[in-house]
Amino acid sequence: MSSPAATNVAGRLVAGLAGLVLFAFVLSLALGPAGFGFGPAGEAGSLIFWEIRLPRALLGMLVGATLGLSGSALQGYLRNPLAEPSLIGISGGAALGAVLTIHLGIAQTLALALPIGGLLGAAIAMLGVVALAGIRGGPITLILAGLAVSATATALISLALNLSQNPFASIEMVYWMMGSLADRSLTQVWLSGPLMLVGMGLLLLVGRALDALTLGEDAAVSLGIDARRTRLAIVAGTALSVGAATAVTGIIGFVGLLVPHALRPLIGHRPGLLLPASLFGGAILVLSADIALRLIQPWADVRIGVLTALFGAPFFIWLVLKTRSELAP
Amino acid sequence: MKLEANNLKVQLQRRQVLNGVDLSAAPGELTAVLGANGAGKTTLLRVLAGLIPAAAGEVRLDGRALGTWARNDLARSLAYLPQQRTVNWALSARNVVALGRLPHQAMGQRETTTDRAAIERAIAAMDIAPLAGRPVLAMSGGEQARVLLARALAQEPHVLVADEPAAGLDPAHQLALFHHFAAFAASGRTVLLALHDLSLAARFCHKIVLLNAGRALAAGPPATVLTRPHLATAYGIRAEYRTIDGVPAVLALDVLP
Repeated sequence: MSSPAATNVAGRLVAGLAGLVLFAFVLSLALGPAGFGFGPAGEAGSLIFWEIRLPRALLGMLVGATLGLSGSALQGYLRNPLAEPSLIGISGGAALGAVLTIHLGIAQTLALALPIGGLLGAAIAMLGVVALAGIRGGPITLILAGLAVSATATALISLALNLSQNPFASIEMVYWMMGSLADRSLTQVWLSGPLMLVGMGLLLLVGRALDALTLGEDAAVSLGIDARRTRLAIVAGTALSVGAATAVTGIIGFVGLLVPHALRPLIGHRPGLLLPASLFGGAILVLSADIALRLIQPWADVRIGVLTALFGAPFFIWLVLKTRSELAP
Repeated sequence: MKLEANNLKVQLQRRQVLNGVDLSAAPGELTAVLGANGAGKTTLLRVLAGLIPAAAGEVRLDGRALGTWARNDLARSLAYLPQQRTVNWALSARNVVALGRLPHQAMGQRETTTDRAAIERAIAAMDIAPLAGRPVLAMSGGEQARVLLARALAQEPHVLVADEPAAGLDPAHQLALFHHFAAFAASGRTVLLALHDLSLAARFCHKIVLLNAGRALAAGPPATVLTRPHLATAYGIRAEYRTIDGVPAVLALDVLP
């Protein structure tokens, strides 16, 4: 695909990122208010490890990988550097499903209702997107269908907040949407993890197609790419992975936008190779953001979705300025 | 490999774009599809490349119906160069040329020595070695055209289908490009081009198919196709087919009333 030397550099970069994920994961397991290390022996230590740190670290890794990978897959497929996972409406659907379980009071009685509601919402959003955009058709129809589904979900979330009689439920809905890795159980990991892995598997399959799409749709098809299968893998892969991630952790923004951007120049701008790089990059970003939240005391109450947005927004501004200077005469 | 079309009919958004076109492009020859804007050149090329289906009629590559070809086999035999010079990301010229090897590689497979040799040959043939490391987006139109043609050459196809490859190029680059096409055809490959430049078609192509309103108005050697009455019907112009210093050329003189 690339010159041998460049391929080696890119390959080493991906391997290096994978190593960093492992490091951040172990660090995430070892760090917390209870101190450094894997907990004192005994019941309390084992409880902290199995019930608090392990689910949090696993979710951070899986959700970050999901967001980074789906962001780079969507950017490659839509050939638009501004695409991100929430663009095609799946996270909006997941958020609506979860918020509804709070609104209807189901989440208060059944702990797992929240993620299950989120998964149902994501599934319905995906069906809506596919029905609107069709199996065939170009990227534009997919963006428009995603926007339509997103807008519907946002409107219904606002309605739920508006009609909520219980102020505590309102606060819970708003907090949930900010995105957090805290206080998730291993059950939630078992519920969402396999779906995220299957979704990521589907997204990793489209690397060749994304490389070929660099030359436009006609050229890609003439290079042997199945346009329909690619579209299905993108939509289903994003729906499964981002739907499951959002259902469990809420909306963690900007990771899917930021990670592919930061890594693209390092990988030689090749969309296929950017997929594994973004997968690891996303995991590193979310794991380190979560570790930072635990280390910096006054930030303990800041949600990870708020933190990524706080850092993501200036990055976006930088992107605008960079694009402007590139387009300037 | 021979590329043939038989009584092709294509409808796009309820408009009959092609209405019974026959075409035959043979190995070793440069075949041109000519016609006014909207005559159906791009549609014909896209059907011939297997990108859109025909409503009626049949396309045969190497004697086999196009529909029976497996996706990757077809991609290894036929390269298609679209009219738009699209390169979406800041890929280097070498990485773009390397995309031509995709049909030859299994998923996740790295570049083999065969791939590398094909890429080097294509880069050398198009004389773009000094550009190899530069991003294609920052290149001039002529440089981009050469890089994208090198991509198609790296595919090592038996048939090359190119849609207005000379558009937007200066005369020197146009001539150089057509010398490449001629050399490629001379090596036993089939070359089919959609063109607007009548003189380039007259000079380099062995055979011309002149489209008019979705039908082939005439087909055959340039001198028999590019006649006054044909050009008047197809383009609505008064034009003259001349030979200057042994080189055939077509001069458009007037728009007919």
